[in-house]
Amino acid sequence: MLLDVKNLKTHFPTQTGLVRAVNGIDLQVREGAAVGIVGESGSGKSVLSMTMMGLVPSPPAIISADQVQFEGKDLLKATASEMRQIRGNRLAMIFQDPMTSLNPFLTIGDQLSEPLLIHKNLTSSQAKKRVIELLASVGIPDPVARYRSYPHEFSGGMRQRAMVAMAVACGPALLIADEPTTALDVTIQAQILELMQSIRQNEGTAVILITHDMGVAAGFCDEIYVMYAGRVVERGPTERLFAEPTHPYTKALLSSVPRLDDPPGGRFRTIPGQPPDLTNLPVGCAFSPRCPYVIDTCRKEVPPLTTVPGESVAREKACFVEIRGKEAGQ
Amino acid sequence: MIRFVFGRLISVILTIWFVATLSFFLIRLAPGNPFANELRGATPEVTEAKKREYHLDLPLREQYWIWLRGVVTGDLGPSMKYRGKTVNEIIRQTFPTSIALGSVAMVFAVVLGMMTGVIAALKKNTPIDYGLMAVAVFGISLPSFILATLGIVVLVFWARLFPLAGWETYSNVLLPGLALSLPFAAKISRLTRVGMIEILGEDFIRTAHAKGLSERQIVIKHALRGAMLPVVSYLGPAFALILTGSLVIEKIFFIPGLGTIFVQAATNRDYNVVLGTVVVFSSLLCFFNFVVDLSYTFLDPRVKPVSGR
Repeated sequence: MLLDVKNLKTHFPTQTGLVRAVNGIDLQVREGAAVGIVGESGSGKSVLSMTMMGLVPSPPAIISADQVQFEGKDLLKATASEMRQIRGNRLAMIFQDPMTSLNPFLTIGDQLSEPLLIHKNLTSSQAKKRVIELLASVGIPDPVARYRSYPHEFSGGMRQRAMVAMAVACGPALLIADEPTTALDVTIQAQILELMQSIRQNEGTAVILITHDMGVAAGFCDEIYVMYAGRVVERGPTERLFAEPTHPYTKALLSSVPRLDDPPGGRFRTIPGQPPDLTNLPVGCAFSPRCPYVIDTCRKEVPPLTTVPGESVAREKACFVEIRGKEAGQ
Repeated sequence: MIRFVFGRLISVILTIWFVATLSFFLIRLAPGNPFANELRGATPEVTEAKKREYHLDLPLREQYWIWLRGVVTGDLGPSMKYRGKTVNEIIRQTFPTSIALGSVAMVFAVVLGMMTGVIAALKKNTPIDYGLMAVAVFGISLPSFILATLGIVVLVFWARLFPLAGWETYSNVLLPGLALSLPFAAKISRLTRVGMIEILGEDFIRTAHAKGLSERQIVIKHALRGAMLPVVSYLGPAFALILTGSLVIEKIFFIPGLGTIFVQAATNRDYNVVLGTVVVFSSLLCFFNFVVDLSYTFLDPRVKPVSGR
């Protein structure tokens, strides 16, 4: 197993109480896999990835886990300098907004060279040669000239390509992509996803794709984790999970995706109620106040993540109710 | 770029001309004249002769033309008080002293200000930050002549670290330089802190962390440049204020600089010396502001120079 996270928690003490942004997550990623983490805003997806990267300052944050094992090493036990050697080298990340994620004062070439210079001990001329190759490989035209460009001279799509090139410069084992296509228009989205897919196939890089877009997750990932209020509520292979969700939240998410055959002028389907207040979670299942299938147990106990019975593939859900083949309220 | 430089050059020349012209007429509006003391009780013939020597008998407009022609050709005229000395000579003798003092103060201000500003930003909301910023508030609020006097009492009379006054050794420049620099160091410190905190919150700093860069590399390479922009734009006005501040400091420490000469000339109504000093100071300021504008285009690649600004 490339990445094996058990019971990860990231809590932030605030004036109004403890924000339980990540509240006991288990996550496994095999070498070369493509894992999607989906959920609405505030479900803890980004905090989860930032925690794994060691980019959440602690203190103030309170981070704990049974383990965050990556390539045989527990990241939570690593020292700051060990983490620096892993970050950008074995474990890399791309961020949501390519317009602000690159330094406007430095050239593209300068910024892309950095990981190679610090992790691979290349000379600056070797790094330059490699960066130009990388720019070419992510489909940036005229890479020799573009090496000297500044980020503001790039379009949004090109900047995200440059970010991808920077992240994969050192050949990481795992790439965490946090909403990499959200800030881009649809045609560019497809190109960036295609680019990441080809890197995955050619380099064998595993990818964790964090997104709120079910369509993007479906097209890219082998396995999906659905997060709600800092917990995993369901996980399973993409196809089965989409075909027949076993958690009411997954089902609600999927049915809120607009369809081409919806009658025109109709209202969008939404999930009733409010996303949970992370400082004041309900006693039982965090989704219970919004859940159409809710039973009494749900309001008393937190449902554990358990294997879904009667499936040919490995699936887990955190729900007391069997909802397959059932309509809400039955 | 060439158009930008050329455009700015023309506006600089116009500015200097305007300042010089305004000063020319203002100083003549001031009551008294250069010879009021010297020629008290002299016969009208002697007074007339004296005035003729310096063209003061001519109509104002002609005096102005004679003077302006001189300035354009680089001749600032004779001193009206120091017999046989030209303004050019006086400036040549005293100006390097003022520039040395001003430069030392500027270097102190930038180094001290940026260092404390970066430290305060990195230690944001800790006792170190609060302590530094409290000192900075003092530095900004206290005028340099108070700091200078305090410095003399503490460092010269009590600690005996520095010589009192004069301009013979290198250690002579340190205390006045420091006294002159402190208010500016304080201001630069606060500007650096704010700029640094803002930059450190940017997304691209997170990216830099994600690459595995160390805190030190991030501060120096990724943050400092952006954090310096507000400081750089303050350097132009700061230089102007340091020059005017040096008039006072030179007086306190008996430094034979242009500031001392300027103050004397103003009280003596030595028209040509006052005007010559004004021309030199304003040229220097314009030049410095120009350099600051130009440096912006090098610091921030998104800024493109526009001509005719």
